[in-house]
Amino acid sequence: MSGKRSIFLTSALCFGFAFLYVPILLVIIYSFNEGKLVTVWAGFSTKWYVELFQDDGMIDAAWNSLRIGVMSATLALAIGTPAGLVMSRFGRFKTRTMFSGMIAAPLVMPDVITGLSLLLLFVTMEQLIGWPEGRGMTTIVIAHTTFCAAYVAVVIQSRLAGMDSSIEEAAMDLGAKPTKIFFLITLPMILPALMAGWLLSFTLSLDDLVISSFVAGPGSTTLPMKVFSSVRLGVSPEINALATLIIVAISILIIIASILVMRSERQRSRQIQDDPGIVG
Amino acid sequence: MSEIKPTLKQRFDRWMIRHGRVLVIGLPYLWLFLFFLVPFLIVLKISFATAEYAQPPYSALFQWVDEGVNVAINFGNYLFLLSDSLYITAYLNSIRIAAISTVITLLIGYPMAYGIARAKGSTRNLLLMLVILPFWTSFLIRVYAWIGILDREGLINAALMGMHIISEPLIMRQTEFAVYIGIVYTYLPFMILPLYSTLEKMDGSLLEAALDLGCKPWKAFLKITLPLSMPGVLAGSLLVFIPAVGEFVIPELLGGPNTLMIGRTLWNEFFSNRDWPIASSVAIAMLIFLVVPIMYFQHIQGKTEEAGK
Repeated sequence: MSGKRSIFLTSALCFGFAFLYVPILLVIIYSFNEGKLVTVWAGFSTKWYVELFQDDGMIDAAWNSLRIGVMSATLALAIGTPAGLVMSRFGRFKTRTMFSGMIAAPLVMPDVITGLSLLLLFVTMEQLIGWPEGRGMTTIVIAHTTFCAAYVAVVIQSRLAGMDSSIEEAAMDLGAKPTKIFFLITLPMILPALMAGWLLSFTLSLDDLVISSFVAGPGSTTLPMKVFSSVRLGVSPEINALATLIIVAISILIIIASILVMRSERQRSRQIQDDPGIVG
Repeated sequence: MSEIKPTLKQRFDRWMIRHGRVLVIGLPYLWLFLFFLVPFLIVLKISFATAEYAQPPYSALFQWVDEGVNVAINFGNYLFLLSDSLYITAYLNSIRIAAISTVITLLIGYPMAYGIARAKGSTRNLLLMLVILPFWTSFLIRVYAWIGILDREGLINAALMGMHIISEPLIMRQTEFAVYIGIVYTYLPFMILPLYSTLEKMDGSLLEAALDLGCKPWKAFLKITLPLSMPGVLAGSLLVFIPAVGEFVIPELLGGPNTLMIGRTLWNEFFSNRDWPIASSVAIAMLIFLVVPIMYFQHIQGKTEEAGK
């Protein structure tokens, strides 16, 4: 019986992973296709990569996206980290339900609603207080920060929830100041989560099409907007090349990050084993 | 940390102890309040306005705010939504497509999550990594990948025609079928991850006891594993269903011109017709429908958070 079950599970896994990876692999393979037709293999070539790097519009959009991604991820960390801390360590306070709602809701809110509502906010604010003047990078960064902060908060919260708060409590009992506890104990413990949160925000920001389209202005075209407008017309080898570059870059980033996290975890557990006193 | 002058540091510490808590809560609270909650109130307000050829293209709401008494609420947008079958069809379609996709995602994701949870140490980490990796890679690119596969001149048609199985290309892109594939494909990791985390925590001894006592494996699954993994099933399903209802990119790129979904309708009202009040009322109507699942999702999130402690 258990043999049957494991055969079923294994085939489900094989099918599932094939489903997840074959489309991506096809994009990568066809990015090296010489011909313009997507289905006909006309020999190996890197000419679409050359073409991609000569496409100024694409390069500008990529540059915009990278800048927006770095700014949004950093801001999201600054806002999401205290939010996660509040959710897991602050216990009950007035309007906590609303607070947790404002963190959970952006995770599932359809993009079109978030995009439209933020645009209308920016238009209203501009009429009322004259800021933000028009729409562009600033409004995109604010929009991305908002939904990324929710993701950061959840990552930080789940990290903190899985961790023993007794060290923090002990420090508190011994008279350490809350700021000192945060910077000496909590922050080093959640460092991997901070890294994961930043990376997650960065990739979410880099990937967002719908919200950016609503709140973007002239001159702030992001990479997904550029890709979307050309993809609407069908498959293009240049987009295949771009997709391959993005996939490879993100995979490398994720692998490096997870190695770093694993190493820091291992180091940490070794430190604790060698000298339990070091943690406090 | 202690390089600051003692007096200044002491003053700072005293201030932090008194106000620190408020400060830590205040910053994210204020940000989310201003950029997440307030916008919905504005959408609500503009959904009662009238479209105008102006900049911005809706009736001057701020004049009636200043005049105070002269509040002219226009219910016309909502009546229009109800009277035009296009919108109702779009809503029903979105809900149907999102629900069916969620069920398919669950059927594919559950055995995968179960398989990963049953795998041994390093294999498990590797499999988990393989689920997470597509979740990080661009959503748009993953939808795009299917254009090349499902298109009239796409890879499936080319392969099938090359093997002389079919003589005419199958129409797969620009159908509802393609939308299902797109949603299942892009949202699968969102289903697997919460399922995995509940299945992984599950106590295997219950299942062993049931099997030892002669329970049939499928019965043990239905009576023990499935009920215990229900929080994961619900969280995963909501993580797929709610965004899928408002999905724009997938029906736009993979669906046909008659695959009406509400996210697409909203987009067209806003970008093509430039009718901001109608777009706002479409958004509010969608929110009213989604409020219950969203609250439920939040409730589950809160529960798992408490269980994690």
